[in-house]
Amino acid sequence: MTDLNSESRFIPDTLVKPWRTAVFSWPTLLFVVAVVLFIVNSFASPYFLSPWSLSDATFNFTEKALIALAMALLIISGEIDLSVASIIALASTMMGLALQFGVGTPGLVLIGIVTGIICGIFNGFLVTKLGLPSIVVTIGTMSFFRGISFIVLGDQAFKGYPPSFSFFGQGYIWWVVSFEFVLFLLCAFAYYLLLHRTNFGRHVFAIGNNPVAARFSGIRVERVKFILFCLTGLMSGVAAVLLTSRLASTRPSIALGWELDAVTMVVLGGVSILGGAGTIQGVVIAAFIMGLVTFGLGLLNIPGIVMSIFIGALLIFVIALPIVFRKVKERRA
Amino acid sequence: MKFLKTLAVTTALATTMMANPGFAAERIALVVKSLGNGFFDAAAKGAEEAAKELGDVEVIYTGPTSATAEGQIEIINSLIAQQVDAIAISANDPDALVPALEKAMERGIKVISWDSGVAPEGRMIHLNPSDTGLIGETIIKLAADYLPNGGDVAILSASSTATNQNAWIDAAKEILPTKFPNINLVSVVYGDDDSVKSTNEAKGLIATYPDLDAIIAPTTVGVVAAAQVVTDEGLIGKINVTGLALPSEFKQFIDNGASQAVALWNPIDLGYSAVYLSHQLIGGMEAKPGATFSIGKVGEITLDDTNSAAMAAPFQFDKSNIDEFSKIY
Repeated sequence: MTDLNSESRFIPDTLVKPWRTAVFSWPTLLFVVAVVLFIVNSFASPYFLSPWSLSDATFNFTEKALIALAMALLIISGEIDLSVASIIALASTMMGLALQFGVGTPGLVLIGIVTGIICGIFNGFLVTKLGLPSIVVTIGTMSFFRGISFIVLGDQAFKGYPPSFSFFGQGYIWWVVSFEFVLFLLCAFAYYLLLHRTNFGRHVFAIGNNPVAARFSGIRVERVKFILFCLTGLMSGVAAVLLTSRLASTRPSIALGWELDAVTMVVLGGVSILGGAGTIQGVVIAAFIMGLVTFGLGLLNIPGIVMSIFIGALLIFVIALPIVFRKVKERRA
Repeated sequence: MKFLKTLAVTTALATTMMANPGFAAERIALVVKSLGNGFFDAAAKGAEEAAKELGDVEVIYTGPTSATAEGQIEIINSLIAQQVDAIAISANDPDALVPALEKAMERGIKVISWDSGVAPEGRMIHLNPSDTGLIGETIIKLAADYLPNGGDVAILSASSTATNQNAWIDAAKEILPTKFPNINLVSVVYGDDDSVKSTNEAKGLIATYPDLDAIIAPTTVGVVAAAQVVTDEGLIGKINVTGLALPSEFKQFIDNGASQAVALWNPIDLGYSAVYLSHQLIGGMEAKPGATFSIGKVGEITLDDTNSAAMAAPFQFDKSNIDEFSKIY
């Protein structure tokens, strides 16, 4: 600690100069990692730099990334939703059931999204109205939602989705630009505006930093959290539509284990797992990094187990780096 | 650091490959349900063997870490990007992989499924390890081979509603009068693939039929239970236990003599045959009902109406090879 009295009384607008915040910010660091990965990949495999390859690669992460956008807000507010993958399974099962009754493409999409929202409302209700911890609630609903799918389907599958339905998960807007990818970019922009440019977004940060203080500041903490659970449900519903369309079938094991992939993207994206800090830009770049790593290593036919080691190492590296920097700085000071 | 080294090495390798565009002529990807499974490692061994025989064929052995359809789709996407010549897949889901594999075929990649199949629209050929008739015949033959003068046999099955086992038993019953006239099937009991129930049923069989010569269990759970009962009751040499068994689980009962021989599909031959089939499709052969393909040393197959075919009768394990296979799966 420096002696405060000996310092001048000058109080700056920001604690760190703006260009320094920009350069040393998490998204910038991630962006550098992404660029490096991109360059390494282009040298490592002759097949990487092809428009179709890159387009195919986006399918591997867009659905997870859509969920990660909503999950980021939820984690920033200090909550978590581990039931997202199971919501996909349930929403997909409901779409499959509706299909058996002859519901057409628009109806299927609607049912998928509405099922997602209902699941979100259910989670939100248990957490905000009954005051249960979200990690407990969503571990419960994780089994509960997927359990319903298993009861409905057993070892069977729903298939025979109409050809027009396949557009959502397999269609292209223009040349190699897929519908999924465009939807992801639009949603990313929408979530950027919501988190960083609205009062609602400020409330989310406030709640994550100190829910009690937020409440005393007049923020309706419960309502904000409830909305966030609904949004996560909604995005899971959207992901369910895309994935079901891409697989052209539904099985109860659909999207198994995706909740951790979504959380990994969020944490890699620089969102504090304790809540209160994070950016949408970071999450978006993290999604790209995960996509680049898995696709790049896939092109080299490196076994999946090595890939998960790499993702794990990357996660630890990116999280540890700023902390190590800070410790070094503290020691010097 | 190890990883970085691997990355550096692979990078270097890839760059050399870029420098020589004419490297390996044919690249066949063997995609399995999940890596780290002895059964599939054995299949990969067979695939390598076939590649060596054919020459100028490179086998890419790959699969997801967990056995999911989504994981396999990611791999299919990366194989499409690498412009491999053929994909031979053991599928985690017969339907969910169809769109991805259709895309592969649109881009000129030959696609076959083996072991665990893909719906007909998602592949050109499906290779079954065996078929109902062959399995039915094999399970009786396994017992009959060691009963030159005929005798009484009983079947200890899985559950009474198990589709596979029932079909095999029906096929066995059908073939008994013509091919094995001196074998007498005295009873079929059901152990529900539960160790305790299978053990009780096996004890029941031995008590009810004092002249019983063999117990046939076409299920990996039942066969172990029956062999254990025969061992425990000191009936080794009197009652021969046989059926479908995993070599690794069953080795001790071949060793102690409770069983002379058992059978199961041979993963090495499966991988071997999958590469042979892929190679011929790349060579321009057309997959259509009735077409005949050679699968090297394993023989040849003829495609049925759904372009699928059975590889061979289940592969027999006895004293001569159980050591080798028990290490594999």
